[in-house]
Amino acid sequence: MSEARSPLGGAVCQGEGAKVEELPAQGMVTLRGAMGDIADAVTAAIGLSMPSQREIVIAGDKAVAWMSPDELLLLMPHAEVQACLTTLSERLDGTHHLAVDVSDARAVFRISGAGAREVLARLCPADLSPAAFGPGELRRTRLAQVPAAFWIDEAGAFRLICFRSVARYAFDVLCGAARGAPVGFFPESDAV
Amino acid sequence: MLTLKCPYCGILCDETELAAGGEAHVKRAGPGSSDEAFEAYLFDRENPMGVHFERWRHAHGCGKWFLAARDTVTMEVFGTYKAQTTEPPEEIVAAIRARRPEWEGRA
Ligand SMILES: [Zn+2]
Repeated sequence: MSEARSPLGGAVCQGEGAKVEELPAQGMVTLRGAMGDIADAVTAAIGLSMPSQREIVIAGDKAVAWMSPDELLLLMPHAEVQACLTTLSERLDGTHHLAVDVSDARAVFRISGAGAREVLARLCPADLSPAAFGPGELRRTRLAQVPAAFWIDEAGAFRLICFRSVARYAFDVLCGAARGAPVGFFPESDAV
Repeated sequence: MLTLKCPYCGILCDETELAAGGEAHVKRAGPGSSDEAFEAYLFDRENPMGVHFERWRHAHGCGKWFLAARDTVTMEVFGTYKAQTTEPPEEIVAAIRARRPEWEGRA
């Protein structure tokens, strides 16, 4: 088995408002099917309860995110993906579903610091006020010119995923948005 | 700029997160239809000044198609609804009638 490499080799940039880091290879499984049919298998495979609409359930190095009415994203350490897929295929034998390892298809970024919310607000048309978006939610949206999704991790920093093919573009626009000082648009920001 | 609520995600989407899909509730002609009926299905569209039903796809989100009723002049949105219907739901029609009593319904 070849060694998994993140697309940018752990690129980091420290702006005045926030820090942007590309994270090492993250295990990711896309699971599609009727939510009611796949719930038990998800719990068996990853040990977490099912997220409801737009939710992400996080515990340590694992998470389950609601991506659409018939799609979940399972996050886990890269080395646990095969075991997860095996459990899913056993539990879902005979159930209409799709479970695919998409770890290598994506790039993952961490955006931390007092200006993290502003960094995303500069690039995404989503409502990023703390009242509208907080921990426990996953938002799929547009990051400048590419699709992306983000959530808030257990430490209060933002995690963002996008397609691997646009990792450099995403990193560059994130760093550009993080370069300037925060303007204080979200004074009550709770990100660390 | 339009802001539409995706009925699958339950979240307000900016127009730039969506892909426009043209008029909603277009009924396919054929097989076995006349050339005129098929031509009308392909090319004839409402294009009104006022109430209009449209298809939109939550392209930068869940990826699902949904439908929206809005005013093409004022950009007022009367409501959005799931695409698994051939007619606008009652509550959408009621919302339009409440705001546009003179509306004559779909052609
Ligand atoms: Zn949606």
